[in-house]
Amino acid sequence: MSDVAEGHPAEHSLDDYKSGEKPTWCPGCGDFGVLNAVYNALLAKGYSSSDVVCISGIGCSSRLPYFMSTYGFHSIHGRAMPVATGIKVGNPDLKVLAFGGDGDAFAIGAGHFVHAVRRNLDICYVIMDNNIYGLTKGQTSPTSMVGFQTKTTPGGSVDRPLNPLMLAITAGATFVARAFSGKPKELADLIVRGIDHKGFSVIDVFSPCPTFNKVNTFKAYREEVQSVPEDHDPSNMVAALDLAHSEHPLYTGLLYEKTGLPSFEEALGKLHVGDESNRRKVIDSMLARYT
Amino acid sequence: MAAIHDLVIRVAGESGEGIQSTGILLAQATARGGFHVITYWTVPAEIKGGHALFQVRLGDHPLHAQGDQVDILLAFNQEAYDLNTKDLREGGLLLYDSADFTPPDNGKWRQVPVPLTDIAKNQLKFELGKNVVAVGVASALFGLPTEFAEKLLRDRWQRKGEEIVQINMRALQAGIDYVEQNVPDRADYRIPAPPPRENTIVLSGAQSLSLGTLAAGANFFAGYPITPASDVMEFLASELPKTGGTVIQAEDEMASIAMCLGASYSGRKALTSSSGPGVSLMIEALGLGTMAELPFVLVDAQRAGPSTGLPTKHEQGDLYLAALGGHGEVPRIVLATTGVEDSFFQAVNAFNLAEKYQTPVILLSDTVLMMRMQAITKPDVNQVEVVDRLLYQPNGNGSSNVHPEEGGFRRYAQTDSGISPMSLPGMPGGQYTATGLEHSDTGRPRYDPLTHSRMTEKRFRKIEQAVVDAPPAERHGDPDAEIGIVTWGSTMGNVIEAVDRLAERGLKVDAIAPKMLWPLPDHQLRDFVMNKRKVIVVEVNYTGQLAQLMAARYRNDLLRLNIYGGVPFKVADIVNYVESEVAQRV
Repeated sequence: MSDVAEGHPAEHSLDDYKSGEKPTWCPGCGDFGVLNAVYNALLAKGYSSSDVVCISGIGCSSRLPYFMSTYGFHSIHGRAMPVATGIKVGNPDLKVLAFGGDGDAFAIGAGHFVHAVRRNLDICYVIMDNNIYGLTKGQTSPTSMVGFQTKTTPGGSVDRPLNPLMLAITAGATFVARAFSGKPKELADLIVRGIDHKGFSVIDVFSPCPTFNKVNTFKAYREEVQSVPEDHDPSNMVAALDLAHSEHPLYTGLLYEKTGLPSFEEALGKLHVGDESNRRKVIDSMLARYT
Repeated sequence: MAAIHDLVIRVAGESGEGIQSTGILLAQATARGGFHVITYWTVPAEIKGGHALFQVRLGDHPLHAQGDQVDILLAFNQEAYDLNTKDLREGGLLLYDSADFTPPDNGKWRQVPVPLTDIAKNQLKFELGKNVVAVGVASALFGLPTEFAEKLLRDRWQRKGEEIVQINMRALQAGIDYVEQNVPDRADYRIPAPPPRENTIVLSGAQSLSLGTLAAGANFFAGYPITPASDVMEFLASELPKTGGTVIQAEDEMASIAMCLGASYSGRKALTSSSGPGVSLMIEALGLGTMAELPFVLVDAQRAGPSTGLPTKHEQGDLYLAALGGHGEVPRIVLATTGVEDSFFQAVNAFNLAEKYQTPVILLSDTVLMMRMQAITKPDVNQVEVVDRLLYQPNGNGSSNVHPEEGGFRRYAQTDSGISPMSLPGMPGGQYTATGLEHSDTGRPRYDPLTHSRMTEKRFRKIEQAVVDAPPAERHGDPDAEIGIVTWGSTMGNVIEAVDRLAERGLKVDAIAPKMLWPLPDHQLRDFVMNKRKVIVVEVNYTGQLAQLMAARYRNDLLRLNIYGGVPFKVADIVNYVESEVAQRV
């Protein structure tokens, strides 16, 4: 187990968090901005890269762990949350961040998402939402709007889009934020706050796909996004849902935060009524019970 | 009549009526009396209602199978009578609860009314005590000294106070008294009391297996409830937290296995348990476990399929799934336990193999075995050797593990054995990305032909090598016999008794059950299979899964004996097949 102290920003540089592996994303991809924000957030925290684990599923954005010098786990489609659960519970001292796209989080991984949320696992989940499947070259996603034309929906998507923020809030997330890859400073700041938050923090990031999505572009988002009003109280769930529900404008920033709840791994730890040194005694007492 | 040496007592009735508790009490009391005991239990898939039976076979010698025929049937109601008398041997004893019904006397068996309900309800004013009365009835029949049942009741109810202990004692005695007064001729059922057995313990297969995982050092479990695997999860949920371990009930089986992979990556000894439908959902992630080289154990408590199938019934239908299931080429280790006692040790072996070879291991059990209770020799925990994965030493050989160009830790460094030192998150200098993509030494995605070829070889090299660590196969019979039987899992118990019965009739047969089923342990199987004149593969499935896997490797004239009705073999099925189909043609 590592002893992760609060970190020492002065002792690190951005390069300490870079693996040197060249990102596979298309030029102009929103994910570059997210990656840079992650580097900056980790530097702000001053963590040693060996104390951090970056976990992902499958998709363009899920490649992110390869570009980090931290520990990483590039898992399979939709399963970033349960893998992260095993890692964080396995070693609660680790700083765990999870990454993925809208398909990974809200289609194939939707079942896991709501359960990771309701357990209040102490991780920060950054979702790079581009409203399309990019790695498979352009199909509709759970956050694509009605009428969205793709290769699999040539007549326009008939599914109503899922609202990630409302889903997260109603499932019991204790930190819910939205960001935009075009506003990297706000994003880095939210990641730091998400890491600092005890419990499950989810940050849905508009991260446009310049190759396959000609609708939800940087330009389109720039015209629509607006920071949450300064007087918004993030502890007010109804107000948070109201902001999350708005389509014009699309609010970025911290919409909802509930503090004071135990994290999942903390609650599990409270169930421990002994430690490894007790193992032999437990076995012997079971053997005695059935004699 | 000659003295008998074993006896099958079946209690049957409505599920939820105390059938199970009667059977368990009887099995435990019998074991304390020094008898060998083995149980067989089937329940309906419904929670309440439906027909259930619990069968206790006891004897003065080691037992390996559930018993072909019922010697004493205790029918709680009409339906139990209708469904179970077909298994009652001619000349057997039918006891029926006369409160419920009165069967016609057909002269095939002896029948005696036992007013269980009446005794409990009216005589004792203790309706819940019907099962204890039944235990008194059964134990008086075969001659279990009263002290053993009394001691058991005391141990069990002491915490509830002396009044509860006493009412149970009275219920026990009422059953005994009834038999002594109404069944004077009991010589046919009396078994000579065996010498006391030291160091015995009555465990179910699920309990034995679970204890094995504890002894192996398991400290993380994630699972999803499913029959008949949930017993492992429930056992560990109460025990693991006492050792600082964790049990998580996941949202589904895909999450269960992914949590185990994550936990293993972080350094835990992880397992999940499931059955066919759940294991099917885990197959994709099993491939990830192999690719990312993560040790963990998956217990598959097989049940009858396909699909939801017969959720509470028995089948050995998942061998293909375990050995070969998955996309791409997934080398995998599959073990199978053959008995209650063996389940403890195979659980240990599964973890040790997983850790040593850094790979998922599937441990096959089955419905019969999970639910079977047996008086076994107490496992000697001091004999358990625990193997841990080869770890990267941050302050030791660290620098040589760094890739000269890529600069990262070579988590998947090529070695002769294929086993590479593994780092755990938190270890400085050990950073790498575990991945399901084909990858370089440092875990970075690489799709070139050389990398894929070398990494494929690495993964297979490990598993091919693991055969040398295969647990010893179970052998029984005459090594010089020309007829050989190969089987696996709980069917070995039925085969052992069949071999003994055939030997009594002058027919020599040799039997083997490998514990490692995949990869096939050539050093255990090849000579056996090649040197017998006739080899029969006995399995509870339609397709002959082990037979097919062996045919591809050894010889294609294997004979097959298969049943697939949701129930285990009877010893007679195997004896008859060998005598009528094989012996005269050897």
